[in-house]
Amino acid sequence: MGTLTSENRSEAMENRIESAKRIAYRFRQNPLSLAGLAIILGLVFIAVFAPYIARHPQDAGYMGEPAVDFANRFAEPSWEHPFGTDQAGRDILSRVIFGTRYSLVLGVFVLTFAIGIGVPVGLVAGYVGGALGTLLMRITDVFLSVPPLVLALAVAVPLQPSLRNAMIAIAIVWWPWYARLVYGEVVSVREEQFVEASRGIGASRIRIMFREILPNVLAPITVKFSLDMGYAILIGAGLGFLGLGAQPPTPEWGTMISEGRVYLPAQWWYSTFPGLAIFIAVLGFNLLGDGLRDVFDVEVK
Amino acid sequence: MRTQDTDTSSASTASSGETVTNDTASDPHLEEDPVLKVRDLKKYYPITGGLFKTKVGEVKAVDGVSFDVRRGETYAIVGESGCGKTTLGKTIARLHAPTSGTVEFDGTDISSLGERELKPIRREIQVVYQDPTSSLNPRKRIKDIVAEPLIVHDIGSKAERSERVKSLLKRVDLPVDFLYRYPNELSGGQKQRVAIARALTLNPTLLVLDEPTSALDVSVQAKVIALLEELQRDLNLSYLLITHDLSLTKNIADRIGVMYLGKFMERANAAELFRSPQNPYTEQLLSAIPIVEQSEAELKPEKIQIRGETPDPSDPPSGCSFHPRCHRAIDACSSDEPSLVDVGADHDSRCLLHGDGDDSSDT
Repeated sequence: MGTLTSENRSEAMENRIESAKRIAYRFRQNPLSLAGLAIILGLVFIAVFAPYIARHPQDAGYMGEPAVDFANRFAEPSWEHPFGTDQAGRDILSRVIFGTRYSLVLGVFVLTFAIGIGVPVGLVAGYVGGALGTLLMRITDVFLSVPPLVLALAVAVPLQPSLRNAMIAIAIVWWPWYARLVYGEVVSVREEQFVEASRGIGASRIRIMFREILPNVLAPITVKFSLDMGYAILIGAGLGFLGLGAQPPTPEWGTMISEGRVYLPAQWWYSTFPGLAIFIAVLGFNLLGDGLRDVFDVEVK
Repeated sequence: MRTQDTDTSSASTASSGETVTNDTASDPHLEEDPVLKVRDLKKYYPITGGLFKTKVGEVKAVDGVSFDVRRGETYAIVGESGCGKTTLGKTIARLHAPTSGTVEFDGTDISSLGERELKPIRREIQVVYQDPTSSLNPRKRIKDIVAEPLIVHDIGSKAERSERVKSLLKRVDLPVDFLYRYPNELSGGQKQRVAIARALTLNPTLLVLDEPTSALDVSVQAKVIALLEELQRDLNLSYLLITHDLSLTKNIADRIGVMYLGKFMERANAAELFRSPQNPYTEQLLSAIPIVEQSEAELKPEKIQIRGETPDPSDPPSGCSFHPRCHRAIDACSSDEPSLVDVGADHDSRCLLHGDGDDSSDT
């Protein structure tokens, strides 16, 4: 590689930067999606630095079992405990902060699994087609015909209730949505001439699916990923609320709401603040997803 | 590498030279084995309908086509849209499997080979598509698009591939700094040059050019054609040029086959076809070429208007499929099906008006 190449590369880099700027500009045109991005970056920051942000990390079970302080039970929101304390005198703000970790991990795990299964299924069904494609899509349809939360419940109930099993249950529910999405995209991309051109070169089916078609369906997958993070967190919290997810005293948002429900309305802060956290997280991912959809629609078409 | 390839392949065809069919043996112009021998090639598409997708009919997209492409020549397939010429090209390049008939490439029948056995053949036959916007993956850089065939066939090291891609870009007159660009950053003509470079990556013997210029601006068309001619000279390529534009073939084709509804209506060398077309359909196509110079106007007979549209290929007319649009049609044309008849040296035509001359058709 001579100097010529590095110059070319730098020029190409400028092109990339230029197009990145265009995307950033389009993204900025939509203040709501920026707000979504800010919320998500904030959540990630909180999750990573939770032990340093939370004033009472031991109350959230940091380095051991959650501490108890019965003298301080059900303290109202105050400077010392901005979100109040629960029935064991634990600082709810600290627990909500640590709850971010559980929800983000759940969302990322569920969607990684869903994409890992759903995308190859959709690619094979859409590109190879035939009897195999029909079989795969009919299986997908069976999953899609049941509402996700109901199906997740059905999967979670026979398992031991735990956060890990809740994640598995939701992941099993989720992959068909990606299979369906990718299938639809592949069926249209597969007709493009470059796919045939690749066949004419002698490329294998695997290569065509993953190297030629997949890069062309990444945009909708990315958008759906962002939108789904919110829903996955919501369903994870839902399972927690129903007692099928994380178990007390894990500071998981849905579990906390469930625990606090008994003490409504007198100790309103117990359920309200974890609920607000769920609301903000879901809102953030939805706003970002909507923004990405706008950006990519222009890019893709 | 290229010369070596050519040597071995021509050696192998020489050994099978005794088995030439009557059709080619009777050809006085033939000096060596053709690169491509197509015999009675058919490609039918089933039309399915009803609840159980039963076959209710078929489209005879390619219906018994035979011709040869000689080494280093340009054979043009000309016809209106829907005549099956693109299907013919893609079937020859084995992007489709033929319904019947044979496609012999360098003495090997490739018409029924499986994908695995086809892989070495794919190096020899490459296709350049009509619309480069669609034939280049929008998500890949130019360097990856052009290097793709080398990667698929596992040729060369990374550095060697990179060198090859650079020399290919130079070969098609593109600046080397296009390497890191994406197709949408290039113009139509530049994209088509990239598509040509990709087709050349594996040193092919035969290029199927499927309307290589019709998606391009007129000003760019001539340059791309000039490039293709130059490449043919320098690399001894054989071209199968598929086009709807008879005027395009005038200067670059050596021989021409005029196709209508899946069949050849007339086959001749280019000069002869333009000088004395024998088939009424060819007459009409020639008549449709706009006159540029006065001298051409004098040469040209009276203008014949092409009547109507191409018929539905799933329900072709009886007798001669061209008779509803033919300006010379007689009563017999709607009932009797003509076959290809010799009308000159290396020149045949499918028309009842030629009489019952020697049937040169091999079917």
